[in-house]
Amino acid sequence: MEYIDPKQYDFSSITKEQLEIANKDENIFDQKFETKPVGYFKDAWIRFTKNKGSVVAAVILLILVAFAALGPIASPWKTTDTNPMYQYCLPKSHFGSNGFWDGTETKSAPEKTYYYDLGRNAVVEGSVSKGDVVEGAQYYSYRVDTYIKGYIFDDLTPEEYEAVIKYQEEKGIQILYPLLDTSYTTNTKILQQHNNANYFYQLDKKLNPILDRDGNVIPIYLKDNEGNLVYYYHNGANYEVRIDYDQYYIMINGKAPLFYFGSDNMGRDIYTRLCHGARLSLILGVVVSLINIVLGIIYGAIEGYYGGTVDLVMERISDILVEIPSLILLTLFQIYLASTWGPVPALLLAFVLTGWIGTASRVRMQFYRYKRQEYVLAARVLGAKDRRIIFRHILPNAVGTLITSCILMIPGVIFTESTLSFLNIVDLESGSMTSIGTMLAAGQDVLQTYPHVIMFPAIFISILMIAFNLFGNGLRDAFNPSLRGVEE
Amino acid sequence: MGKYVIKRILLMFVTGFIIMTMLFMMIRLMPVETPTPPDMPVDYVANLRKAYGYDEPLLVQYWIFLKGLFTEFDWGLATKAGGSAYTPVTQVCLEKLPATMYVNLFSIIISIPIGLGLGIFAALKKNKWQDQVISILVMVAISVPGFVVAFLLQYFFSFKLGWFDFQMAATSRYGWFSWKTISSVILPVLSLSFGSIAGFTRYTRAELTEVLTSEFMALARAKGLTRTQATIHHALRNSMVPIFPMIIGEFISIMSGSLIVEQIFGIPGIGSVYLQSINVRDYNVFLFLSMFYVAIGLVAGLLVDLSYGFVDPRIRMGGGKA
Repeated sequence: MEYIDPKQYDFSSITKEQLEIANKDENIFDQKFETKPVGYFKDAWIRFTKNKGSVVAAVILLILVAFAALGPIASPWKTTDTNPMYQYCLPKSHFGSNGFWDGTETKSAPEKTYYYDLGRNAVVEGSVSKGDVVEGAQYYSYRVDTYIKGYIFDDLTPEEYEAVIKYQEEKGIQILYPLLDTSYTTNTKILQQHNNANYFYQLDKKLNPILDRDGNVIPIYLKDNEGNLVYYYHNGANYEVRIDYDQYYIMINGKAPLFYFGSDNMGRDIYTRLCHGARLSLILGVVVSLINIVLGIIYGAIEGYYGGTVDLVMERISDILVEIPSLILLTLFQIYLASTWGPVPALLLAFVLTGWIGTASRVRMQFYRYKRQEYVLAARVLGAKDRRIIFRHILPNAVGTLITSCILMIPGVIFTESTLSFLNIVDLESGSMTSIGTMLAAGQDVLQTYPHVIMFPAIFISILMIAFNLFGNGLRDAFNPSLRGVEE
Repeated sequence: MGKYVIKRILLMFVTGFIIMTMLFMMIRLMPVETPTPPDMPVDYVANLRKAYGYDEPLLVQYWIFLKGLFTEFDWGLATKAGGSAYTPVTQVCLEKLPATMYVNLFSIIISIPIGLGLGIFAALKKNKWQDQVISILVMVAISVPGFVVAFLLQYFFSFKLGWFDFQMAATSRYGWFSWKTISSVILPVLSLSFGSIAGFTRYTRAELTEVLTSEFMALARAKGLTRTQATIHHALRNSMVPIFPMIIGEFISIMSGSLIVEQIFGIPGIGSVYLQSINVRDYNVFLFLSMFYVAIGLVAGLLVDLSYGFVDPRIRMGGGKA
């Protein structure tokens, strides 16, 4: 480029003809962006999806929510279905008998227990192996089907009896079995055992089975004078019978019982109950955290926006409330309101009473930070009302933190709820409603013998907590603009 | 500083008093049940109700309660909880305190060094695989509820392996420091510790990584200190500023204990009395223990705040703007 010495030219006297418009025949536009604009949420989404851990947590969370919402469809049971016969059945799936998740348990037991299990058809075929002899008793090791209950004495009405006879003839399946003759012994200890319909064979004084020469048990079926087996005797109009309960159950219900996660002390399906408990926990968690967030926003916004005396008074109130341990509030509300309002509203109220304080102080800080800024002043000058400034201009700054704290509040609520119902401070067990904590408490009593009762609720709540916390942390990082570009 | 401390202490008492008033009113709106034990004189209970004003209006009851409280530290009598009826509430509750403190003290003794150690290690190995492993473990330990940890420990170590008792041994029989007692509290101590180890680790790592990236660390290296020297003398010391108050807070809350762990492992501590007072509706005990928990919270909060000033003189509490 040539250097023009300004002194050589006289700029003060340029005539109009000397001037020429440079871009005479073109319109000038700003150049269009070739990239798409990235808004706040889009940016958060991009950073969230980059974080593998939280994406996995989100997927797991979705699966758990789907389990709670849709799980009961896959199960024929209701939470209130009880059957004392089927208490503490082990988890069983549709995949058949392969030693894993099929409702069987490996057992090493002395002769008398083995013959008892054998007599009630509970021993899985081909699983028996002879063990050592301990203190004179032969031990056997075998798998036993926890769903097989064997024989029971029952009292059938004439209609029921007819139905059983008809079913036997149609299907060719035996349900009625001969009654027992206990007249061969006078030993009271043995006679007591014969109240159990599964002891259909002779016992010796140590309650071991008496075996014949071929090693088989000796049945003690009741016979009439002509030597026929006796299948019933009349009790009024009713029939006293000895039936194969497993077959009888199939006859009545159309299929054998099956509990995916096993059954508890009252023979209730743990799978279905876990779904309902999870539902209650999740709904409670979401509702409580939404209410708390809304309350916190309103309280914090008023505090922060108006400041001064309003702020001082409101801060002192929340200062006092925050010092009350939530455990005490929750307990007190249960004692007070559970009988009149029901346990869930009482729980909800106690959670809501102090739960909003954290959010409120966070919102208050945001307001102190933004309320003196120029753009707020501009909005006020333009005539915006207080409400508009609060909700339209200042609050959106905090939306990321609010969403994050909303999500992170849910696991806290679920944890507290399950703890309280575990400690029996809150009793959520009523009707079709149950709680994970109640299930855990029921499982605690049989932790040693039937660990499956506690295992599934414990696994569920642990995974739920981990997933929620991971997801919440991922969200927090994603919504934090100061972390933009830090990762790489 | 002195003025600030006095102000804070006064504020603490005011807060405590307001909470106590609210709790008292709410609790005494329910009738105090006074069952008559068979071996007591007939008019004993009637006199007792009169002395404590259980049948008077609420405000009169509160006046009687306050008078008793400030003159003789009388919190009333336990009506149902604590085995024998009509022993002073303070006696029923405080005799359970040692068991709670015993278990929690063990837990603190192991969780502080382990937590700090892991946190320091993770911070020094930041973003390497050791750090990743530790942060995953911390995440799991913080998320998994304490009762699940307790069940796992109880199932494997006392039921399956049979190494430890599944309930705490009776101290009246075995004493506090016999091997029997100590081995029976190993599992509850472990289940208490997981959470606090994780908490300490996370906090220490966060603080130390922040200090390690600060400019005076670069200066320390520039003037010729080795990495170890710089870390020990400059970084660790500075990162302790926020961690030390946390430790103080932990020490005070050893008295409050854990309801869950006490329930699962049968520890005869404060938590078990609290649960009992709820189950049998012994409101005097409930009020005392509630206030006990509130007081621990208040004192811990106060000491934590004040200790910031002691640890780091740059942090001036209270005072004016300058």
